[in-house]
Amino acid sequence: MAFLDRAARGLLLTEIVRGMWLTLRYFFKEKVTVNYPYEKGPLSPRFRGEHVLRRYPNGEERCIACKLCEAICPAQAITIEAEPREDGSRRATRYDIDMTKCIYCGYCQEACPVDAIVEGPNFEFATETREELMYNKDKLLENGDRWEAEVAAALAADAPYR
Amino acid sequence: MAEFWFTYAWPTIWIVIKILFIVVPLLIAVAYLTYAERKVIGFMQLRMGPNVVGPFGLLQPFADGLKLMAKEAIIPTGSNRVVFLLAPMITFVLALVGWAVIPVADGWVLSNINVGILYLFAISSLGVYGIIMAGWASNSKYPFLGALRSAAQMISYEISIGFVIVTVLLAVGSLNLSDIVLAQQKIWFFIPLFPMFVIFFISGLAETNRAPFDLPEAEAELVSGYNVEYSAMAFALFFLGEYANMILISAMTVILFLGGWLAPFDIAPFTWVPGVIWFALKVSFVLFVFLWVRATLPRYRYDQLMRLGWKVFLPFSLLWVVVTAGAIVAFDWFPK
Repeated sequence: MAFLDRAARGLLLTEIVRGMWLTLRYFFKEKVTVNYPYEKGPLSPRFRGEHVLRRYPNGEERCIACKLCEAICPAQAITIEAEPREDGSRRATRYDIDMTKCIYCGYCQEACPVDAIVEGPNFEFATETREELMYNKDKLLENGDRWEAEVAAALAADAPYR
Repeated sequence: MAEFWFTYAWPTIWIVIKILFIVVPLLIAVAYLTYAERKVIGFMQLRMGPNVVGPFGLLQPFADGLKLMAKEAIIPTGSNRVVFLLAPMITFVLALVGWAVIPVADGWVLSNINVGILYLFAISSLGVYGIIMAGWASNSKYPFLGALRSAAQMISYEISIGFVIVTVLLAVGSLNLSDIVLAQQKIWFFIPLFPMFVIFFISGLAETNRAPFDLPEAEAELVSGYNVEYSAMAFALFFLGEYANMILISAMTVILFLGGWLAPFDIAPFTWVPGVIWFALKVSFVLFVFLWVRATLPRYRYDQLMRLGWKVFLPFSLLWVVVTAGAIVAFDWFPK
């Protein structure tokens, strides 16, 4: 009987027909594709994307050039040089991030005592040349001005968990 | 001059026009078959398939074609140049010449020869030469192994295809493809000859080197098989040839088993639709099953493939030839 059973299954291709039925059902199912440039997936408030340097609401830059981020950066992607400004406050004269070295670990953001350096929600900053990925202070501040609303919202959303 | 015009020039021009009317739709069908393949497999994997170039990605085949034309044709130094360049042409031309005898509707056939089915069988057997030449001329290990596999596989499955064709011929009593279709007016042959239909379809998959029998181009072991060394238009010709062969085998399936251009029911709303449309619909359906099978089944192992061909299909189809012949003699069902 077992032999007959096996022979019948083999000859009638039952297993293949069942497999084909399965794929046919999938054919009509809703597709899971996110049609990327037009549709985007959700981003967590903790998402670590392109860096920004933030300012206080009065326009003063937050960074005090304490170099904690430079110290903690495991990829040594951050370079900071500092000098007192004319009004006596300590500010960075140079704040460079080599985005090709950065591993997007978020330690700089964690280390920062004044929430100045933050990894924003932007992940679409591909460039055509390598040089464009060597960010300086101007670029980072410009990013900060551009993404301030999103960054502030993300920080506020994540604050209860910190 | 008038005699020359009417006896030589005009018939030549007329036949070229008819050839164009077959080849141009065929090439468009090949282009859209590649698109359909990507769409169908994508859908079965819950993806969307190409949808960026043109509406629903409909211009994707042309984008691919343009890309291949713009690429550099590379001829490996170790290759045999003449054979290397000849192989894709042979594959492509053989995939096209089969269409000379395919009746797409009542009387719509380039050459209504009485041994049409033998001609088709011969052409599909010759297809192996393009692949063997490509594998040998490339002078490289993967193409060579792919070509050997392909040759062995196509020869093995041709035998069972041959027996299936013999069974159909017993039921029809003619080798003319139009007669084969007209013999199915009462009942399409896939009903009385269902096991043969299944064997023919599966052998067709093997004959066209399609999944699950696509061992000649098994990516995991052979990179891409016999066409590894090819680029640009030479590669495109192989690609077009492979897909044109798929359409040819589907057309053979439709003619032998699914009633060719005949409407499924011989009553009013079905008979209004022209035969070409029925033919195209049936071929599209068979092609869909080709793609469906590819999306469903994993690749066979080589020894399993040979076992299936020689130890299962060959005895089974041989037996069915005897059974069919016996039934025809016993019940006096000789075709008139």
